[in-house]
Amino acid sequence: MEKKKSVLVYCEVENQKVADISQELLSAGKRLAEKLGSPLEAMIFGANLNGIESQIAPYGVDKLFVGNGLKLEPYQTLPHAALASYILNEEDPQIVLFGATSVGRDLAPRLASKLNCGLTADCTILDIGDHFVKKEKKEYKDLLYAIRPAFGGSIMANIINWDMHPQMATVREGVMKKEIFDEHYSTEIVEVDVNSILNKEDFVVEIIDREIKESGVNLKDAPIIVAGGYGVGSKENFDYLIELAELLGGEVGGSRAAVDAGFIEHDRQIGQTGTTVRPKLYIAAGISGAIQHTAGMQDASMIISINNDPEAPINKLADYVIHGDLGVVVPKMIKYYKQNAK
Amino acid sequence: MRPLKIVVLAKQVPDTRHVGPDAMKPDGTVNRGKLSTVFNPDDLHALELALNIKDRIPGTTVTLLTMGPQKAADIIREGYYRGADYGVMISDRRFGGADTLATSYTLVKGIKKLAPYDLVLGGRQAIDGDTAQVGPQCADKLNIPQVTYVEEILEINDDKIVARRRLSKGIETVAAPYPCLMTVHGSSPACRSRHAKKVMQYKYARTKTELRSADEMLLLLHEKRPYLTIPEWSVEDIEANLEKIGLNGSPTKVKSVENIVLTANEAKILSESDADIEMMIKELIEHHTIG
Repeated sequence: MEKKKSVLVYCEVENQKVADISQELLSAGKRLAEKLGSPLEAMIFGANLNGIESQIAPYGVDKLFVGNGLKLEPYQTLPHAALASYILNEEDPQIVLFGATSVGRDLAPRLASKLNCGLTADCTILDIGDHFVKKEKKEYKDLLYAIRPAFGGSIMANIINWDMHPQMATVREGVMKKEIFDEHYSTEIVEVDVNSILNKEDFVVEIIDREIKESGVNLKDAPIIVAGGYGVGSKENFDYLIELAELLGGEVGGSRAAVDAGFIEHDRQIGQTGTTVRPKLYIAAGISGAIQHTAGMQDASMIISINNDPEAPINKLADYVIHGDLGVVVPKMIKYYKQNAK
Repeated sequence: MRPLKIVVLAKQVPDTRHVGPDAMKPDGTVNRGKLSTVFNPDDLHALELALNIKDRIPGTTVTLLTMGPQKAADIIREGYYRGADYGVMISDRRFGGADTLATSYTLVKGIKKLAPYDLVLGGRQAIDGDTAQVGPQCADKLNIPQVTYVEEILEINDDKIVARRRLSKGIETVAAPYPCLMTVHGSSPACRSRHAKKVMQYKYARTKTELRSADEMLLLLHEKRPYLTIPEWSVEDIEANLEKIGLNGSPTKVKSVENIVLTANEAKILSESDADIEMMIKELIEHHTIG
């Protein structure tokens, strides 16, 4: 029987730590590979990567390509694109996944152009399915269904690519769940001959300075999130939400509209193009609930919606709907929490 | 420092930030006619970055390049009002339905026609798709380096340009040689507003197609002031391969579109009264959701 083409994940690494998003993608890739009966492969390029497979193999990776070299970290477009396209040409995978991070969103489109293939950004669901092409009267089996909210989040679109492979997709951090497949999974490791693939031209862009800090904001792990939307109305009104979040031991978040309006910082954005969260309690104030936003919070265990508009779509997700003005409601929540909490 | 030749890529987009209830047809498809169009916000930032370089290095030229239907000529006029030197429109029905790969192919054909250039700038992403793909895809096809998420140009030298990038977890400063392509992040300075003089100067700028329905006065004006005629390039003008443009050149296809209808929970509906709020808070504490 013909060997099935692989599912391949590009892994990000910094200081010998494989990024969370990459491990999440390995799990998502494994689920696709199992449906297809295909091997799962991964590629990783960075510095001092000896032993890096311990962070990758347990997700069920059959083959890992390692490009090891001091010049490969921090990430730069041209050398990583050269190495990745070399491997993609050699390996000819059917599906390639990238994190929708500063790195993945820089690299994946460059590669898609090089390989003349399709790329779907910011998918929230990945699946396998068939498609009948009327014009060709032909059924294509086992295609990647790259599903994402589109058009400002008013629709969900299933994007497919049947004729220009590989099928590539990016996924935001936190969207896919990471699960160990097998602690002792046996992974074949292939050392990539970095020096023979790269040349001087790949290093014409020079990194002069770099300041990376883990953002103090940790929405992903916050048990309680108080989020505001455009309906909050002003930066000042957000202070009510900040006070409530602090009191409850939670974090403050915002919808894209609130971020765009400058009510709250960008790194606190929740939704498809922000962070995906699964808190115990999600309080949505002045958020109407476009899919773009709800895609990033619908798995919260409990949702409270505070909104002037009884028809706001988010109310349908909510466990408590409070019709009212947040300037009235939130101070009362603060008051009664202080009175009743032990 | 020698003057630079800058090409700015810009797109006219439906204003997805203000999607009204009638923006969707009953069958779940997008009712484009009901959405107003705007200059893609990140592309305005790219224009400002270009104009800022022009301020710093006199003699620098800024050419705005857009692809779209006739209505997209608004983008070129808007660019003129704010200080762009030239504008070019790529417009042809056969370009329609393009995904990012076909779009980048088409834009690159146009950029090559504008060569030589030192810098190609564009917004990080467009609000109608948020993919951020077209910039890097163009850089690859032009075979030049890319610098994504640029926030500020720190230095402009004869052989290289130094830019600060905004990453999701910090910042990075890089030096890139010419020519290169930069995508501009929304955290960079907002675009300057229109100059009244430029509005006066360019308000009658039209494409050839637009001129077809123009009155005699306007035609005469364009004869006298040829700079008012916005160049309009077709498939033939940019020598595009029909297999690589529009739907034909687009590997990604929409299989289906679903209008998401949220299934209603059995929510408790409360008012903003003290009694309701206190009841809810007590329940949350009781169930150990808070406290």
